[in-house]
Amino acid sequence: MPDKPKLAFYWCAACGGCEESVVDLAEDILFVVDNVDIIFWPVGLDFKRKDVEKYADGEIVVSLINGAIRSSEQQEMVKLLRRKSKVVIAYGACAQYGGIPGLANEFEKEEILKWVYEDSPSTHNEENVRPQLNYKVNGSEVYLPELWNVVRPLDKVIDVDYYIPGCPPSSKLLKEAVLVLLSGKLPPKGTVLAPDVALCDECSRKDTKPTDLAFKEFLRPNLSIIDPEKCILSQGFICMGPATRSGCGALCVEGNMPCTGCYGATSRVKDQGAKILSSIASNIEGKSEKEIDSTLNGIPDPVGTFYRYSLAGSILRKKVSI
Amino acid sequence: MLLKNETGQTASKQWEPKIIAFFCNWCTYTAADLAGVSRIKHAPNIRVIRVMCSGRVDPQFILDSFAKGADGVLIGGCHPGDCHYQEGNYKCLRRFQMLKRVVDSLGIEKDRLRLEWISASEGDKVRIVVNDMVAKIKVLGPLGLPLKFKNWADEMHVIVSEVAGKEEVYA
Ligand code: SF4
Ligand code: SF4
Ligand code: FES
Repeated sequence: MPDKPKLAFYWCAACGGCEESVVDLAEDILFVVDNVDIIFWPVGLDFKRKDVEKYADGEIVVSLINGAIRSSEQQEMVKLLRRKSKVVIAYGACAQYGGIPGLANEFEKEEILKWVYEDSPSTHNEENVRPQLNYKVNGSEVYLPELWNVVRPLDKVIDVDYYIPGCPPSSKLLKEAVLVLLSGKLPPKGTVLAPDVALCDECSRKDTKPTDLAFKEFLRPNLSIIDPEKCILSQGFICMGPATRSGCGALCVEGNMPCTGCYGATSRVKDQGAKILSSIASNIEGKSEKEIDSTLNGIPDPVGTFYRYSLAGSILRKKVSI
Repeated sequence: MLLKNETGQTASKQWEPKIIAFFCNWCTYTAADLAGVSRIKHAPNIRVIRVMCSGRVDPQFILDSFAKGADGVLIGGCHPGDCHYQEGNYKCLRRFQMLKRVVDSLGIEKDRLRLEWISASEGDKVRIVVNDMVAKIKVLGPLGLPLKFKNWADEMHVIVSEVAGKEEVYA
């Protein structure tokens, strides 16, 4: 019997939620392991880098890589996996667009390190010790990966064949992707393996969304009660549904929370943040700068709101003055 | 800092600001045309893109202009109440007010992005606005995003080569 196709999972700058979505396959994981050999999965199986290195180039059928790339080690690992794999899939919002870790692109590296190792209230580090890139101990040298100035989506670092969106992707998308790959009928390179329509399309509240919106003020879910029946955007909460790809089944809206945009944009949109900004701002009621500005004050952190998952993959990528 | 270096380098090469101007067909584009036929002289730094209405200016166009090397973006539309499509300029204004905040948080100076209402008869206002914007951007210096993107990518290569020698420690 021929060997089963080899599959690898890897994580970079990520929270672990994507790994969780693999576990969420529940009994479907049995189907997966029946059909493929998971040869590398640091979070679940004890294989090391040297195990990956011993495969021939292209021998791994598919690598699913989650997380953004922000350290030298992550870059090395994804380059290695790229070389060894026929197909590489950017798995989840961080791999696709930088995700939440991509918001670090609003800050300078030194600002971040200083906060983490010196200033944050929970830090006790009287001598202000910082990790060194290399250190000599007992005559041998140890190394740590270097942190970069820029957080990058996976496709800025290696060639990516497909994308599975979401923070995290739904197990359903993962299962469908595995089925497509096993079938051998591969979609065109660059395809995002999720429906190419806006989330509103699959939202159970779409019939309550008026065609004309006129925002006087914006509300925030931590400060106001959300009506569980009506379109959340029409109530004045920022819901990213109109500029977000469907595929999750409008999970957050089902939980009575606005969509924050984790499935990214549809194929016609280059910059999800600019697109939702455009759609929401143009529906403000005011006509003078003063009225408009007072409505806009209800969005205290526009970058964190509109680019929550997509800053590193956006047109500007990063705060450009640092 | 990077910006200063760039300014220093390019100033010696007689850097001139490059401004992308989105002008609406019915008012500001006509005004720019009028400025031309009236032989009104203004700074030659604008590259005009004619759009049917200021409401057609997608914020993505503006970000893309900066990313592709514009030092400034100017949008020109009909005065409030005069838009050929009734509401287009209000939509433009609202997006502009929002985008300004985003662009500012992402480190692009406010003077690089400007919205002006210029009616078809205001040829001279085109001159005043363009000259003023060019003067302000000259003070700021180049934005230089393409170069910056390249430098960011170089960071990666430098570190890769540094790391290349220590490969074995990760094995
Ligand atoms: S805006 Fe949000 S709540 Fe309204 S229909 Fe779209 S996804 Fe549903
Ligand atoms: S509703 Fe929006 S934020 Fe929530 S899972 Fe779906 S795409 Fe992501
Ligand atoms: S037509 Fe001039 S702004 Fe709309």
